[in-house]
Amino acid sequence: MNPAIQGLITIIVGVGGCVAYFYFSNQFLDKVIFPATGKNAGRNISRANMVRPWLFLFPAIFALGLYLAYPVVETLRLSLTDRDAGGAFVGLANYNQMFSEPKFWEALTNNFLWLLVVPAFSTAFGLLAAQLTDRLAWGNIAKSLIFMPMAISFVGAAVIFRLIYVARPEEQAQIGVLNAVWLQFDGGSGSFIMLKLLPAIILLCFAGLCLYVAYLLLKPYFTGGKTGGIFMQLLRFIFVVGGAYLAFESLGATLTLFGAELPYGEPQQWLTIPFFNNFFLMIVLIWIQTGFAMVILSAALRGIPEETVEAAIVDGANPFEVFFKIKVPQIMGTIVVVWTTITLVVLKIFDIVFAMTNGQWETQVLANYMFDKLFRANDWGVGSASAIIIMLLVSPILIWNVYNARKEMR
Amino acid sequence: MAAIAGTKSSLTWAVQLSTIALVLLWIFPTVGLLVSSFRTVDQINSSGWWASLTAAEQNEVYRAADPDENRVADGAMFVVSGNVFGDGSESTISVWGTSSRAIDAFQAGDTADLGDGETISVQENGDYEWRGNDDQISGRGQRIFATITAPPDFTLDNYEQVLLSGDSTDSMAKAFFNTLTVTIPATIIPIVVAAFAAYALAWMDFPGRALLIAMVVALLVVPLQLALIPLLRLHLEIGIGKGYLGTWLAHTGFGLPLAIYLLRNYMVGLPKDIIENAKVDGATDFQIFTKIILPLSFPALASFAIFQFLWTWNDLLVAKVFLIDATGETTVMTNQIVELLGTRGGNWEILATAAFVSIAVPLVVFFAMQKYLVRGLLAGSVK
Repeated sequence: MNPAIQGLITIIVGVGGCVAYFYFSNQFLDKVIFPATGKNAGRNISRANMVRPWLFLFPAIFALGLYLAYPVVETLRLSLTDRDAGGAFVGLANYNQMFSEPKFWEALTNNFLWLLVVPAFSTAFGLLAAQLTDRLAWGNIAKSLIFMPMAISFVGAAVIFRLIYVARPEEQAQIGVLNAVWLQFDGGSGSFIMLKLLPAIILLCFAGLCLYVAYLLLKPYFTGGKTGGIFMQLLRFIFVVGGAYLAFESLGATLTLFGAELPYGEPQQWLTIPFFNNFFLMIVLIWIQTGFAMVILSAALRGIPEETVEAAIVDGANPFEVFFKIKVPQIMGTIVVVWTTITLVVLKIFDIVFAMTNGQWETQVLANYMFDKLFRANDWGVGSASAIIIMLLVSPILIWNVYNARKEMR
Repeated sequence: MAAIAGTKSSLTWAVQLSTIALVLLWIFPTVGLLVSSFRTVDQINSSGWWASLTAAEQNEVYRAADPDENRVADGAMFVVSGNVFGDGSESTISVWGTSSRAIDAFQAGDTADLGDGETISVQENGDYEWRGNDDQISGRGQRIFATITAPPDFTLDNYEQVLLSGDSTDSMAKAFFNTLTVTIPATIIPIVVAAFAAYALAWMDFPGRALLIAMVVALLVVPLQLALIPLLRLHLEIGIGKGYLGTWLAHTGFGLPLAIYLLRNYMVGLPKDIIENAKVDGATDFQIFTKIILPLSFPALASFAIFQFLWTWNDLLVAKVFLIDATGETTVMTNQIVELLGTRGGNWEILATAAFVSIAVPLVVFFAMQKYLVRGLLAGSVK
């Protein structure tokens, strides 16, 4: 049967079936089981109303249970059993095996690198774009263009960026932008300014910014300000440690940068340079997620009460003070939400790595490691174990979300 | 805000310029793909896409016309003449040669001596004249290696190749319809299921409601990766196997938490009076839902529909696990592109075109329904 027709039939059967289920089950409940007539009419109506929510909910609960809740438990069980011995319980053997593989540690380290870099840059660029376009006449057009990559698949984006990173032999014309730009540098003073001085300044600024953020997060402890609940404190702690680490790393990188001999005049295979290729992959995700951050943050900026900004201007604050001291603190909650949402995307990142390097040249990430174990090595035990690791990394955000949602319900 | 204070026109300019720079930076990669998909193979290989509007210098190999059919007697000699570009080309030749080891041996207009009186001359406009005796002017045409300057050249051939040629490795046509087949049911079915559940969670009172909502929020972030192995096993056991049905079900399951969450948040905000009035007038829950709630929730339904559409259209992982079997008959576009990256890694005209075909539909949907997408994003993440 032609899949298109099959699809059409599925739509009709699926949608029709759902509607029919809801309609007839309600009818059945009202007319047959608890009819609203006779001497028990009142009692029947209230009974029917007690059952009805579950009629409405049943398909959703069934699908959620089968497709999301059950797999969590089942994956946990699979990760503790041996595939070859017909599902015998093996304890933590799969985990042990996984922990002894260098590729796993590479994936985990890279995932943490992604976690540090991508949400930070996406949020920062998003905030920048939101603030820049805030009062512009053509702001909406600018926003929609920056937002556009959201519609592009990770695979499509991978092709787009491979075209940017592509390298051709030295004697041929370069068709990748990055190499075309790279070959413009010849090691002279221009190259020194653009490739050493400028990046060094950016790195130092970045280190300063990280330390400043860490300082801001720690300040309430010294001055006795509000530090928030246990989750906020935990979050603060994570950000402080992350900020300090990033600052340390960027200071180290600045030193290495000045010592490095750059291979001028040679086209580079960017995706095969270990460690740095991770960043070339991250750029793809930053490019996609910035639009998301911008949309949310721009709405939050619009929501800031005008009076606070006007008061600050009247008091003589310059535009930068207005932005960093008046606006950013007021949208801090939204920034955290954006950050966590992008963090979730990063934890599950698969397509970009799969399509661009497939984990070669030390770019492995957890989701791709898992896919590799499942479908190439056919090792469901270790595959499940790595899925559980992803779940563990996600669970703080899960708990935090549930905690917030419950707080809101009250 | 600076505009309100009414000062600092220099700052306004800085904002304008930085915004322009940022926007250009952001659309630059996509424009590159779009432009490349319209360029000819030669053009792509000879210059970067940013130079596509200027003439490109490229090295080409031509062959003089077949001597046995085209030679003309000129006294004791024979002559084959013609134009390497064919007719109507605006390309020009700068240097040329007759051997692959010395492709720049002669200037345009020079005459090359091929030995024993055999000569060939090539003009700047591509005209050539190959002259020699009966023996020399026979067999296959003389090869001409030329460095030419070709004017910009755009073509739709790449799209024809990718969409219409029917070549199974390059073809996106089948993958396009497969993707469509996956996407449409996988978008519609979760909406129906979720709408009913969201109504129950928003407007019906029953024990355990708060717990269910918390569960939905929790499932919102459960990584898809966890579901792969158990569900694939399940599908294989109950006989669905790998195929469209399993994919639709999987997408439905994975899309439900967001659908329920978005729709519930929206429905809770609907005015209470309408619903209570309808109840007083004797409407059943089913009637209230279909006649009042559904029409009023259209914006939220549209938001989720776009999300789910983009997500299922752009998905690779679910398709790879639940859909694509060894025969590859049911390949989707994302998978097709990944395979092209392997088999056609250097053929950018095919790659760029295939990628653009796959992102064209989401882009259209995006620009047409951006309003709803933004609304959905705001409802989905700002709490």
